[in-house]
Amino acid sequence: MNEWKGSRFYVASEELMQAVNIAVALEKPLLIKGEPGTGKTKLAEAVSDALRKKLILWNIKSTTKAQEGLYVYDVVQRLYDSQFGSEGVDNIEKYVKLGKLGEAFTAKRQVVLLIDEIDKADLEFPNDLLWELDRMEFHIPETGRTVTAKHRPVVIITSNAEKELPDAFLRRCVFHYIEFPDKELLAEIIRVHFPDLNDKLLSQVLEAFYRIRSLPQIKKKPSTSEAIDWIQALIHGGVNPERIVKEVPYLGVLLKKNEDIDALRLNWR
Amino acid sequence: MFEEFLFLLRRSGLNVSLTEWMSLIEALNKGLHGSSFTGFYHLCRALLVKSEAEFDLFDRIFLAYFQKVPLEQEVSQELLDWLGCKDIPMGLYDEQQAEWNESLSDAELETMLRERRSEQREQHNRGSYWIGTHGMSVFGNTGLSPRGIRMGGDKGYRRAIRVAGERRFRDFREDSTLDLRQFQLALKRLLQYSGTANLPATEFDVDDTIQHTAKNAGRLTVKYRRPRQNTIKVLLLIDSGGSMDYYTQLISALFQAVSKTHFHDLKTYYFHNCIYTKLYTDPTIDPRKSVPTEWLLSNLSGDYKTIFAGDAQMAPYELKGKYHGSQEGKPSSGLEWLYLFRDRYRYAVWFNPGERPDWGEYWSQSYDMIAKLFPMFPLTLDGLEEGMKKLLAR
Repeated sequence: MNEWKGSRFYVASEELMQAVNIAVALEKPLLIKGEPGTGKTKLAEAVSDALRKKLILWNIKSTTKAQEGLYVYDVVQRLYDSQFGSEGVDNIEKYVKLGKLGEAFTAKRQVVLLIDEIDKADLEFPNDLLWELDRMEFHIPETGRTVTAKHRPVVIITSNAEKELPDAFLRRCVFHYIEFPDKELLAEIIRVHFPDLNDKLLSQVLEAFYRIRSLPQIKKKPSTSEAIDWIQALIHGGVNPERIVKEVPYLGVLLKKNEDIDALRLNWR
Repeated sequence: MFEEFLFLLRRSGLNVSLTEWMSLIEALNKGLHGSSFTGFYHLCRALLVKSEAEFDLFDRIFLAYFQKVPLEQEVSQELLDWLGCKDIPMGLYDEQQAEWNESLSDAELETMLRERRSEQREQHNRGSYWIGTHGMSVFGNTGLSPRGIRMGGDKGYRRAIRVAGERRFRDFREDSTLDLRQFQLALKRLLQYSGTANLPATEFDVDDTIQHTAKNAGRLTVKYRRPRQNTIKVLLLIDSGGSMDYYTQLISALFQAVSKTHFHDLKTYYFHNCIYTKLYTDPTIDPRKSVPTEWLLSNLSGDYKTIFAGDAQMAPYELKGKYHGSQEGKPSSGLEWLYLFRDRYRYAVWFNPGERPDWGEYWSQSYDMIAKLFPMFPLTLDGLEEGMKKLLAR
């Protein structure tokens, strides 16, 4: 039985661990949503690491088509080859290149497949993958071959909620929303990244950080990854912990918008 | 087993399908709830709810349903028997122990409870460590500890209820909109591809390749072309405040759908009642965040597809009254400003979230006048589709 309990480098809440285990046991895709910077993509790495399975990453862009994930038939190469009479031109199989999904299906051992930022693609994209994700197989008409998954991959899908996903797709997923961590969990996460961090510094950082997040005037709230970058900057700059809450040094690492920086300066006491 | 729960969810507006319900049953059969009620709550949520916007609704339904159900099955019968003892003198109060008990976090309590339950073999009452009654222990009932998890006794063990009771997801509720995806699909009609974009030629051009190869006496000449890009530009003008408050959800669905569709360019401005000398960049109609309407008219070219969203209901003087502009030869009433928009933007439609008022001329007057200026459609799925056709017509 594959059971996931977080890892040395990834601190997961109990709910998240359970969601991962449900998805693995039911062989359903796990859909992860959450604020940017809460570690959605990192999760797949941690899971693959902990279950000792290879990670296949499929990064979705606005131009990505569902078909590309299955296979690509390289007509141009074949045409070229036919001109020069290269060997094996009549073997279409040679010009069919499997995409990430195809790669995951044909892997000799079970893999973890991460479909990252599925909402970046066209609205119809998730629908185009329904059948393939459900049955874990697809057909290649050019060669008459059907690719069936030898081992159903553990599928993790992340979304930033830029577009709404279709109902039919959602019904097939296990859903988890990564909440922004509370102080204790964040402290734990920071400890994983900076095992030797000074307690005083940590508590000051946490205080300043959560106060910034609680300001209603801040539009783009800093996230976990920004907190970690900030600590890195503070350590590098050798900042005295006493100054952190009072002056919030290296503010640019935390806040990326000019309006937010101004808003903070105005409202910080 | 608890099908009622499914029907309650559906009645309350959570669209849970049979597929999802069957998955839940399958998961329960596999024991994925880890025999705990908290686990059961998380399992239900992961499988039945598909948006964080619906978490709060789910929490409320879950609370309403399971608060009535006795939750004894989680604690073994043997343990319950031990905990059922009533005729025991009360143990001694221990201040230090009380302080320590209070300092425990929820997570620590959970872990300790798991340990105890696997270790405990017999009845322990009046103590501070084991699960029992009348003592300083944090587990059990009828005890003296200021804090802990109640087990057995009358009320049952309800940690999951506590989790759901926190209702941490209340904040996400307001962005739940019904037809967002359908709206987006309707807006997808507003895509007009053209190859004029300044991108490198990366797309395989079959026709051109055949042509050149044929000209070349059969020697393969591969040709590429520039990928096409959406060239549609959109100007969205939204009526905000006043009578529009009734339609906040619908307007926000429209706004979100428009802003999530990848147009070549999208400009959004707000107005109150009608367009006058200023347009606002913020729905709060804050004069500090505004641009002169004239600036917009001279800076945004006429090929912007213009979408108005408003109920077009106002007092006649708000539309025709000549107090919005002071200079000679410039428009001075809302109606005159609208004329300018109509002349400048050939492709313009007006989406109306409300209906034409059928009582009293006072309110329907402005509606009719605006409907004469711009093609007006109801802000529904059908209306949106009709409107998109109008915007694309040549």
